[in-house]
This record gives sequence, C-alpha cells and structure tokens, in this order.
Amino acid sequence: MNDQGLSGAVPQGLNAAGIADDIRRERRNLRLLASPALVLVLVLIVGPMLWLFYLSFYNEHGQFTFEHYARMLDEGAYLSIFWTTFEVSLIVTVLCALFGYPLAYLLAQLPARWANVLMLGVLVPFWTALLVRTYAWLVLLQRRGLINDTLVSWGIIDQPIALVHNLTGTLIGMTHVMIPFLVLPLYATMKTIDGNLLRASGSLGASPTRAFWDVYFPLSAPGLYAGMILVFIFCLGFYVTPAVLGGGRVIMIAQRIENSVSLYPSWGAASALGVVLLLVTILLMAFGAWISKLARR
Amino acid sequence: MESHIPHSHRLWLYLLVGILLAFLILPSLLVVPMSFNHSTLMVFPPQKWSLRWYNNFLSNSTWLDSFFISLKVAVLTMIVATPIGVAAAYSLHAGSFRLRRLIEFILTLPMLVPVILMAIGLFFVYARLSMVNSILGLVIAYTLLAIPFVLITVSAGLKTYDMSQEMVARSLGASWVVAFLTVTLPQIKLSVISGALFAFIIAFDEVVIAQFLSGGSNSTLTKVMFASVRDEIDPTIAAVSTILLFVTILPPLLLHIVANRKRG
Repeated sequence: MNDQGLSGAVPQGLNAAGIADDIRRERRNLRLLASPALVLVLVLIVGPMLWLFYLSFYNEHGQFTFEHYARMLDEGAYLSIFWTTFEVSLIVTVLCALFGYPLAYLLAQLPARWANVLMLGVLVPFWTALLVRTYAWLVLLQRRGLINDTLVSWGIIDQPIALVHNLTGTLIGMTHVMIPFLVLPLYATMKTIDGNLLRASGSLGASPTRAFWDVYFPLSAPGLYAGMILVFIFCLGFYVTPAVLGGGRVIMIAQRIENSVSLYPSWGAASALGVVLLLVTILLMAFGAWISKLARR
Repeated sequence: MESHIPHSHRLWLYLLVGILLAFLILPSLLVVPMSFNHSTLMVFPPQKWSLRWYNNFLSNSTWLDSFFISLKVAVLTMIVATPIGVAAAYSLHAGSFRLRRLIEFILTLPMLVPVILMAIGLFFVYARLSMVNSILGLVIAYTLLAIPFVLITVSAGLKTYDMSQEMVARSLGASWVVAFLTVTLPQIKLSVISGALFAFIIAFDEVVIAQFLSGGSNSTLTKVMFASVRDEIDPTIAAVSTILLFVTILPPLLLHIVANRKRG
C-alpha cells in the first residue's frame, strides 16, 4: 500500500538507468518532506533532553557530581514526591479503566448514529481547555459548591466536606481529564472485534457473562492496556490539575520540577528529576510496546 | 455489532454510562451559567444575572491583550504546523525508506515527552537565543506540540485514500505539486482541517509551556488565567472560561457533525 509511486517499481529494460535516477530523486524528495518536522523535534526536544541529562551530573560550580541523584534517595521529601506521583497516577489509571471500559463497551455496541452522538460525551471534554475544566471542578467541589450544597440539602452529610485542595479533588479532576485517553484507543480496539465470535460462543452454550469474560474481554484487553499505559504516562508528568485542585497538598514530580526552576533556581536538581521522569516514561512506553507485540501474536 | 442481550438486562449499563457522560460533560458547561452570575460569590444556581464579568473582561487590558496574544499565537501555529505535519504524513505514507518506524516514533515524541520537560528544555534554548517571552518562541513550541496530532489525523486520512490516483494525474502530465494539490488534497481535506484545528486548539489552551515561555506583554490567556485560578478566584475567570470553551469546542464540534453527515 505504501510502495505506490515510482519508488516501488524495479526498473528494467532500455531506460533502466534513467528510471533508477528518477526513483532516487523521488525518494530524496519524499525524505525531504519529512525533514522540517524531524529537524524541529530533534533540535528542540531530543537536543534539550540530552542537555538536561548532562546538567543533572553537574553542581553549581560546574563540577561533576552524583549529588542530585543521591539526594533523591536520601531525602524523605523526594521519596514522598515519588510516592505521591506513583500513587495518584495508579489510582487515576484504575479509575479510568473502571469507568472507561463500560463506556467504550456500550459505545462500541451502539448503532453508528447513536455512537456518534454519545461519542461527543468523550470528545467534548477532550476538546475543552484544560484550565476551564479545572476551574469548573474548583467551583463544583469547593466548600459552598454545588456538590457540597446538594449533599447537605439532601441530608446525606451534615457538614460540607473537603473535596478540593486535597487528594480527592486531584483524583476527581485528573480522572475527568484522562478518561478520553483511555476510551479512544479502547473503543478503536473494540470496534475491530468480530461480533460473530460472540454469537459463536453463545451458540456453543456460553452464557452472555461467560462469553464476555472468555471471548470479548481478552480480545479488548490490548486496547485496555494501551489506554491504561497512556493514561499512566500522562499522569506521571501532569502539572496543571494537581497544582490547582491539590492546593499545595498534593505535590507531584512535575510541580517539584517547576518549583526547583522557578522558586530556587536549581537547574541541576530539576534536571535530575526530569531525567528520572523521562526514564520512567521511556520504560513504560517500551513496556507498552512489548505488551501490544505480545497481543498481536 | 448488535447484542443479543435484552435491553432490560443491561439497564445498569445504560444507567452507568448515563452518569459517566454527565460526569464528563456537565462540569465544563457549568461555567456558562456561572459567568452570568451577578454575585462575587460563586453560588449556584445564580440568584441574579448580569454581564458584569464580561464587562470586566472587556475593560481589563490584561485579560483582553492576553486573549489577542493567544489568538495570534494559535492562528500562527495552525498556519505553520499544518503544512509541516501534512508534509511529514505524506512523506511517511508514500515513502518506503528504511527508518520509517524510527522517524514516526521521533515525530510522536512531543506527545509523549512530559510537557514540563519540554518547557524547561525549550527555556534553556530560548534563554540563549533571547526568545523567551516572544511570539515566535511560542509559535515554534506549539508547532512542536501540534506535529504529532497533525501527523496522526492526516495519516489516518491518507490511509483511506488511494495513492494511485495521484500517480495517474502525474502520468498524465501533472507536476507532483499540482497532482497533490488538485487530486490528493481535496480528498484528504477533512483530515487536514481537523489536524489544523488540533494545532489551533493546542496552541490556544496550552498552560505549562506558557508558564515558562510567555510573559510581559506577550502573556497568553492561559498564563494570566492560571495565575488567577491558582492564587485568587476572580469570577471574571468564569466569563473567560466561557469564551475559551466556545473558541475551543465549536470548530471541532462543527467538523464532527459535518464529517458524520458525509459518512452518511
């Protein structure tokens, strides 16, 4: 499918040399077309990341040192940031999977007309500016916000409870932001599942529940894992929502990096944290690629 | 795929999905009534309606200037990122060179590298080129962020297009550029437009890079808004949020509707 055009043919006959020339030219031109994007990414992302790696091994006097990494292992403050980041990311990923799976499942089964309408429920938050959603949650979850007021007036709680500027608010806000990232790849996978397999399992005597767990779920699992890994990776480096809805009580690694740079300019410490974040991200991507390879076999 | 399970047995599923959709959609829409609330307190539902927060927005130069900066940056990003992304998608689709997988991976990096790291990395570079707080710097940064999105949407468009049509045009004497513009482009139009919209939205609502790379007279709307949301709660934010909501939702919403009409 990708080999159409001159570049796919093998030249033969009298003007083989001329055609081979054309093929070379065409290939070069095609490669040139990708180069602006490639140069931009290499110079402005890959380059600075290598620079970050380099900086993380130097102190403010320009001497080679492991102190930025050693500090991470020694100081409790760092360990608790790593732990918070991991904990928040894990909980949000699990919540997204629990809520996102039924949503994607129903969307995948509905007739296209309905699916397109309900899909807006996933796409609209996806398109909505992140700050708008974060602000909306701040308003909803505050002490005298809509949710507390409703719960009090229904008599479910006596006193307004603290829903924001803490872990709860952070988890709610982040789950809201991340669900589309789980649903979209999962939905794509579910759409490729052949409904006949389910009918076959039904005709062979499996109950709907059994057919779901033995046939449907394993077939949808690669999409679920892909979505979960994506969500987890995005959570690890997430800055805006925890910064606003966490109210300073939920410090994740991205905020710590921001603090290191803007509050007390320490590029070395920020770089070392950045390197750790980047390495974990790369490992997870590799893990995700490995899982999807296993699933394809 | 139709299910053979009766609807009554899956009521719980419909209910759960209904609640989930409400959870996903309603909070963002809440900012609309809030923005017409007269009170300085964020009570809901509002007791008295007014346009005072919109007046505030329009009469405050910090808000208004930052809105136009964001608009300018977003339009420029769209203009720069779309051709770059389309060219890359075309190249990866039509070319059969080795390293294609690697190039594809490199071009999706801006989506995968945590944006906070991109921000400080770019800050390093821009500080040396004195490009911090410049429109150009922001446009380049957002072009980077937008490249994977344009690439992915346009690649998807190209997959449903038969490249031999372009070959036919070229064998009949059209130059490559003319063949692309008159034969290929019209058929992948929708995916190019949605890629362009992605670029616009990304540039318009990005927060973290704006914290580091925009400032002074070139502060973006999100930079001003983030400080405002985090530090003090000025109800003007509700008005700004409503404007931001419409600017970012309406174009893709219209596109979604048009695309589904076309498909039938």
